Amino acid sequence: MSRVAVLKGGRSLERQVSLRSGARSEDALARLGHEVVSLDVDADLIQRLRDAAPEVAFIAMHGRDGEDGTIQELLEILDIPYTGSRVVACIRATDKVLAKHLMLEAGIPTPDFFAFSETAFRELGAADALPAIEERLDFPIVVKPSSGGSALGIKFARSAGDVPAALVAAFSYDSRVLLERYVDGRDLAVSILDGEPLPVVEAVPRDEEFYDFEARYEIGRTDFICPADLPPDVTARAHDLALRTYNLLGCEAFARVDLMLDREGELTVLEVNLIPGLTETSLLPQAAEAAGISFDELVGRIVELATARAAAY
Amino acid sequence: MSTSRDIERYAALFASRTKVMKSSAMRDLMAVTARPEVISLAGGLPDTSTFPPDTFAAVAQRIATESCAKALQYGPTEGLDETKACIAEVMAAEGMRVDHEDLIVTTGGQQVIDLVTKTLIDPGDVVIAEGPTYPGAVPVFSSYQADVVQVDMDSDGMRIDLLEEKLDRLDRDGRRPKFIYTVPSFQNPAGVTMSLPRRRRLVEVAHERELLVLEDNPYGLLRYEGDAPTPLLSLDGGIYVMYLGTFSKILSPGIRLGWVVAPPPVLEKINLGKQAADLCTSTLSQLMVQAYFEESRWRDYVESLTEVYRARRDTMLDALAEHFPRQAEWTRPAGGLFIWATLPDFIDTTNLLARALRDNVAFVPGEAAFLDGRGRNSMRLNFSGSDEDAIREGIRRIGEVVTEQVDLYGTLTGERPAVRAKETASVDDNVLRLPERAERKRRARGS
Repeated sequence: MSRVAVLKGGRSLERQVSLRSGARSEDALARLGHEVVSLDVDADLIQRLRDAAPEVAFIAMHGRDGEDGTIQELLEILDIPYTGSRVVACIRATDKVLAKHLMLEAGIPTPDFFAFSETAFRELGAADALPAIEERLDFPIVVKPSSGGSALGIKFARSAGDVPAALVAAFSYDSRVLLERYVDGRDLAVSILDGEPLPVVEAVPRDEEFYDFEARYEIGRTDFICPADLPPDVTARAHDLALRTYNLLGCEAFARVDLMLDREGELTVLEVNLIPGLTETSLLPQAAEAAGISFDELVGRIVELATARAAAY
Repeated sequence: MSTSRDIERYAALFASRTKVMKSSAMRDLMAVTARPEVISLAGGLPDTSTFPPDTFAAVAQRIATESCAKALQYGPTEGLDETKACIAEVMAAEGMRVDHEDLIVTTGGQQVIDLVTKTLIDPGDVVIAEGPTYPGAVPVFSSYQADVVQVDMDSDGMRIDLLEEKLDRLDRDGRRPKFIYTVPSFQNPAGVTMSLPRRRRLVEVAHERELLVLEDNPYGLLRYEGDAPTPLLSLDGGIYVMYLGTFSKILSPGIRLGWVVAPPPVLEKINLGKQAADLCTSTLSQLMVQAYFEESRWRDYVESLTEVYRARRDTMLDALAEHFPRQAEWTRPAGGLFIWATLPDFIDTTNLLARALRDNVAFVPGEAAFLDGRGRNSMRLNFSGSDEDAIREGIRRIGEVVTEQVDLYGTLTGERPAVRAKETASVDDNVLRLPERAERKRRARGS
């Protein structure tokens, strides 16, 4: 059994969710017999990590710092083995624009999109290109920040008049935004554990027009169906696409790939989350459970994979 | 097809009212505002740092020697007579007279909102509130599944003409509201005060239509200018007006002491509700108030708070004029703790908060003060909980991100970039800038 530091909280806008993921993981780790050190990440992280001298760092942080490679980079410097993907995969997955370009290049279908930095609008007159973009994507258009794993800052623009305010909202979260073709269809998630896809989860919002930030984490507002009720060939294709994306970005240990299934039966990949939530309502734990892997086993496997990777180097 | 056991197991157990108890993106954002490096203009915190520790020690010592056993014991549900005497003194300071049997001591003013709503509201019943209303009342109304109808305000408080229109419309639909919830003086969040003619008319409307009014008055004694507002309770004589008072803003929110005055039959039901909720209000807190009132001059402390808050309000108003763009507008409160600022309607203040947090500054997004999705381009700014330097810096940072978004929107739409308020016309005093009015003003200025 190991001394495991659970890194959670931090300054990310998903702090609340992260605290819940962290607390639940700590309980599981303790049940598994590990010695748990709980760290709400702040400015003296390095000092506290040095004092705690953990054998493994369990990263339960979502969004900024935890998911974008920052924490991973620090743990590399400190030579502390950590859970999940390494720095380069974090960078690729967090940057949705980069991830989508990589997907296009590899022939993985992803909704059409255009990406802009705030500078492009402020200094290069990108606003003049908006009508052409709107024509290419058709309304409604999804406007979202380039980074961030939650639905914060994601807006639907139903007409050209909605686009500027939607852009202002998205730029509240990131200096780069995506305008993406809206896929009308079913919201699927494929979690992958150690290179093996888990049963597909479908998220069906109960009464919200859009699977929003609130519904995502609130018990009773979204129905999660796992395994999703899909024809076997669709499940197989979803698994294949998810796995290809996972490998393409260089993910390790675990990840969650979000996909859309449109009305014609076509699948597209939206994004990859490298530290998906571990709360009661999160999709990875549900998918694992559907595959017969309990939450404790899931957490145990994640730690083992980190230890094994460290031993291999 | 199977559903996830973990979620469904609990989801099936929740009461239907929990479905309307919203947790929101905003709540998650607010979790970040508590970080020490953030200048938070979001809370409604009074400044407790100037309370003399010696007085606190004397109060505690006095309870220890004189009433230790009593302080540690349960008390009557309606509260201790000693505490009621202090309450009568506070109410007298605002020109009200109250008999001990007409009031119940509660666990903070918040409990009064909860108990009154619990007493009067069946699911689907109508509550009338101001728009914007006290954000803390929103989850209370939601949890009792009240249908909240919000009445717009201007610089003279709730628009009683609009109230009557809404009441007529409800009447035609065969619906009779149970009560009208109002913070008439130095309102939270809008910072405006209901004028005397409107107060009179509101009380008349209550009498004509036999409607109860809950007058929430936490800030009445925190007045920085102008005449003392006349409480609705004095105008009505306690027939249709229920009154909520609290020690939170004049002494301490930590002691959790408030009170409610209501007509006897209503008070009786509230008493039963309180018994079920918590048996009685903390005896220790009640005795602390009594000892404090005997030990020192409570009005002097309120006076000192008033001095501090007045200066902070002025600092915030100056900073707003200096740092907010011309397109923003805000109220100028004569008392209380809050300023309400309204931005152009293309700015969503919940998203703006996410941006502002990157610069370590926070406010309350306006949507928290509405139940109908309005308020998205407004914000509540608190000036009591931060010192003047923090207020200046906080407003500077918010002004910067607002200006940035105004500029960006201008660039996106080809409109003009932002200009600082200082460079153009000054903002009128005492006006609650609602979006429609703001729009008219803009047109009038020819911009």
